[in-house]
Amino acid sequence: MLIVGELINASRSSVAEAIKSQNAGMIENLAKDQYEAGAGFIDVNAGIFAGKEADYLQWLVENVQAAVDAPCCIDSPDPRAVEKALSVHKGTAMINSISLEKERFNTYLPLIAGTGLKVVALCMSDKGMPKTSDDRLIIADELINALVRNNVPLNNIYVDPLVQPIATEGNYGAEFLNAVEKIMTGFKGVHTICGLSNISYGLPKRRLLNRIFAVMAVAKGLDSLIINPLDKELMANLIAAGTLGGRDEFCENYLDAFRSQKLEF
Amino acid sequence: MSLQDIYESVLTFKADNLVELIRKEIAKGTAVSDILQEGLIRAMDEVGRRFAEGEFFVPEMLRSAKTMKAGLEVLKPLLIKTNTKAAGNIVIGTVKGDLHDIGKNLVIIMLEGAGFKVVDLGIDVDNETFVRAAEENKADVVCLSALLSTTIQAMKGVIDAIRKEGLNCKMVVGGAPVTPDFAQEIGADGYSEDAARAVDIVRTLVERQ
Repeated sequence: MLIVGELINASRSSVAEAIKSQNAGMIENLAKDQYEAGAGFIDVNAGIFAGKEADYLQWLVENVQAAVDAPCCIDSPDPRAVEKALSVHKGTAMINSISLEKERFNTYLPLIAGTGLKVVALCMSDKGMPKTSDDRLIIADELINALVRNNVPLNNIYVDPLVQPIATEGNYGAEFLNAVEKIMTGFKGVHTICGLSNISYGLPKRRLLNRIFAVMAVAKGLDSLIINPLDKELMANLIAAGTLGGRDEFCENYLDAFRSQKLEF
Repeated sequence: MSLQDIYESVLTFKADNLVELIRKEIAKGTAVSDILQEGLIRAMDEVGRRFAEGEFFVPEMLRSAKTMKAGLEVLKPLLIKTNTKAAGNIVIGTVKGDLHDIGKNLVIIMLEGAGFKVVDLGIDVDNETFVRAAEENKADVVCLSALLSTTIQAMKGVIDAIRKEGLNCKMVVGGAPVTPDFAQEIGADGYSEDAARAVDIVRTLVERQ
């Protein structure tokens, strides 16, 4: 299971403050904590700073990689900001995200085509948000094929089927879960990824819903998540879900987690 | 206390019951505007209050609005006949480059619940379309929505375009990355952080006009 640590995001006010005051120590600590908790990539986002996003994103990459030996997931809707962050990045970064929206696709493709970069492929097109699992599959199919044609190997593509709030439509959760299954069985070798917070929008006790939804998605084949790895309960649930879902030979991960107290919270 | 029953039906999501009660009230000769104001709109105000206080959640807000709409359908022909005016004319849309509409749709539901006439321009709406719709619909308030830090920048363009055209309408903005500071910076007249508060803000702006 690949975990992308989501905490270095400027939409969180403490992070925005750290970026503004160029508090490198705080960013380094956040990177270290997430890495030690099991994050394989550290997400960096400076999206709220219009005009300064590119500089800040670069600064975040530098400080994350000064603290940990891990790649970043560069999270920005602005290709120029991504490019600037990539110029200082060490190792193989993940780009978050390309989609089938024409402008987005055309501006991100040159950044990714023919490189070894990993990319989040968001199931969204100019027609708007997909509703059903089949809507998602149609977009995923087009996106995956377009990326592969442009020399992005299947193994570097992380399809995000797009989580939408069940508070607004009761079957949004089920449609997402079925899409994960269809994508994972239809495109062997591709990955699926998602964040969790959208699913529980507008409802109380959101952590409960997020956690159970993650487990259900893992059961359908989801193999990557953009989450808070410091949430020990969530991490323990994901380890157990992977083991129960048949992706943990000899229960090795589960037993490792037990011995290193990762199942206590 | 049948207006009270109408009010209760909205808050307990009983659409069939509500339709029945409204028909009875009409037959009794109760003024249509009273049924609307004291029954339906007062109930949706209570929904807004409960939502703001964390007593109601989004699915319940949607459910009560759906119930209210069923009641409104019964009243509609009579409202037209008695020439009852809407609380105000609103034009709303998600700005250019942005395809998100969940928040916008919640705002629409609450505004309609409060008796406003709402024209929904949908997603990815350009400046020109906003200006034209505001003019054609004699909008009192134009509401702009966006969910991305990149696309909220387009809000200023819409506000400038409306002002340049000399239209006398107030501008309200909202969406996750929008802050009160940002709203002020781009010259908006109002900002709301959720659908329930949007009603209060729009009401205040319309009353002031």
